[in-house]
Amino acid sequence: MNAALKFLPHEHLKAWLEELAGTMRVLAPQKEGAAVVYRAFDPSREPELIRKPTESAKHILFPRSEALFAFHKKKAPFAPDSLNPDGSQAEKEEPATPAMELTPPEQPGPTVVFGMTGCDAGGVTTFDPVYGGRYQDPYYLQRREATVLIARACNEALSTCFCTWVGGDPANRRDADILATRLENGWLLEPLTERAERVLGSTLLGDAGEAEAREAEALHAKARAAIGEAPDLTGIEDALPALFDDKDFWWSESAACLACGACTYLCPTCHCFTITDEKAGLSGVRLRAWDTCMAALYTLEASGHNPRGQKAARLRNRVGHKFAYFLKNHQGRISCCGCGRCIKSCPSSVDIRRIVLNALKRAKGKEAANG
Amino acid sequence: MADDIHGALREAIRTILPDVECVLGWGSGPDPLRSAPLFMKSPEDVERFRAGELAVNNLAVFLPEYAGRKVGIVVKGCDSRSVVQLISETLVKREEVVIIGYPCRGVVDVAKIAAAIGLGNEDLEAGLVERAEVNGDTVSVTVRGETKTFPFKDVMAAKCSICRYPNAVLHDVFIGEKAEAREDSYADLEKYEAMSLEERFRFWEKEMERCIRCYACRNACPLCVCRDHCVASSREPHWLSQADSTRDKLFFQLIHATHLAGRCTGCGECARACPVGIPVGLFKRFINRAAGQLFGFQGGLDPEAVSPLQRFLVDEPTIKEKEWK
Repeated sequence: MNAALKFLPHEHLKAWLEELAGTMRVLAPQKEGAAVVYRAFDPSREPELIRKPTESAKHILFPRSEALFAFHKKKAPFAPDSLNPDGSQAEKEEPATPAMELTPPEQPGPTVVFGMTGCDAGGVTTFDPVYGGRYQDPYYLQRREATVLIARACNEALSTCFCTWVGGDPANRRDADILATRLENGWLLEPLTERAERVLGSTLLGDAGEAEAREAEALHAKARAAIGEAPDLTGIEDALPALFDDKDFWWSESAACLACGACTYLCPTCHCFTITDEKAGLSGVRLRAWDTCMAALYTLEASGHNPRGQKAARLRNRVGHKFAYFLKNHQGRISCCGCGRCIKSCPSSVDIRRIVLNALKRAKGKEAANG
Repeated sequence: MADDIHGALREAIRTILPDVECVLGWGSGPDPLRSAPLFMKSPEDVERFRAGELAVNNLAVFLPEYAGRKVGIVVKGCDSRSVVQLISETLVKREEVVIIGYPCRGVVDVAKIAAAIGLGNEDLEAGLVERAEVNGDTVSVTVRGETKTFPFKDVMAAKCSICRYPNAVLHDVFIGEKAEAREDSYADLEKYEAMSLEERFRFWEKEMERCIRCYACRNACPLCVCRDHCVASSREPHWLSQADSTRDKLFFQLIHATHLAGRCTGCGECARACPVGIPVGLFKRFINRAAGQLFGFQGGLDPEAVSPLQRFLVDEPTIKEKEWK
């Protein structure tokens, strides 16, 4: 038994979050219209801890749009031509270089996210090697360090859930800072990293024992059973590149795609961005905003040529990056956490699971045909 | 939907298959409640075809992609109006599309069913539905082993209860008896018009706050025909900023709605496609009504017509400005 297990009675949940809100930014899923989105915890409302949030939690660490810095261009002082007292032309001063004043954005404050799903936490750890590996991204890393992620274990699976296909688990102990399981009388909180200590000191939390741990395990097992057996995706990182030029395959798989960005913007692992300077006069701000490989502009070259002019090529990139290229760059990690939002929220019901399985099958068939 | 209509539709699709590249229809989606576009090329594909109350997608959005190739399409009344509008704008050639119509009595709103299957305060999700069946005037769904039945009219999409054109307005083949048209008095807009301008602005600010700028609303719209050349993504000129601001998001919605004035056929796909449930269809409803009042025009009824804002007349027959005092 893990001695550090904590128990939070249901009736203390809001009091605990309110207590944390005294010193930290507390975010939790909240119903808004027909959607469930992350909002600052509001003690007058119940956080939504049953339905899966419509959006992933990635924007908390990687905002939809963030200022990298603000800039202000200071004009060089005007140097008029001047004459010497005798009327001859004075030696001209070199015009001063205009100065650029840069203002960094505010540092992120301590934050805690309560009630993200385990798959969302899996999304965060696919970001880590991208923004904290060979290239250290201070904006992401500062937020990552300042944020405690509390993932809740899932008690059931939606038709679109497939975390177990890609190395996830309904009770995700690999990626979050704390695993929270909703038991009959309260939440069982299991610390997984050192960051967990920042939020588990409250007197509202009691110690949990064997009985609670057993109750949680039974729920986890039930959720695993609900997702069902995961198919074997071995070889997918070779199957997709082998089909790169298979136009028929990608045309057929992308036929229903609308080439919007719902899949990539709801995806916990999609991490592409674009940079623009938004300026008015001499001042402005350099923004980094989400970008999507499903959009034409993503690969549009300055010449006007677009290597991915067709939606088939864009869909191929989305699937290829998640299930082939990322694996090769990051020690076999699949850049998909199986949350299923891209399927659930696709207006055309494009199903990435079907594409991946079809790709495996087709690549095997081709291999057999080629002997 | 009756089995005999399904059978006759499948037969009609099989009949045209040899003459077209594919036939656009509907098949099953990720769960029993949701359909997905189906691109039928072989008689085996036709076996997977299903129409009726769950066939929500407007497939007309795909037609311009097939320019130069002949395709078939199965349409509800609203879908057929999009096809007609696309033909009238020369984006689809009449001779390149074979239109199969059937009487539509409305489609379900999956979000309404999701809300209706909740237990007490608990909202559930369409993704938990294990079985779904439409029988006459009722919809039965099974969640967590328990079956619940609702009147169809309670879970029908809002656009269907005010549908004036439930039968294809243009078709080569029509299967079944024509369905009865309903009335649209734009009563749904009254609630918003009763708000002061400040209240309305606050309402939209709140709604647009959860917009993720995925542009599913734009791409699901069969008449948003700029596709890869949208103002929203143009860098030169830089019309919209990349800031995550409700101002920019709202700005895009207003551009979208005004570009659709007199062209929108009210298929509702923009709102259905929105992953976060923003009622973006309201903008188009408002503009549609205005286009109707000003020009006496509705898009998508006549393939020969030109929408009022796509032409110029010295004297608009419905606007008697010479009589203005």
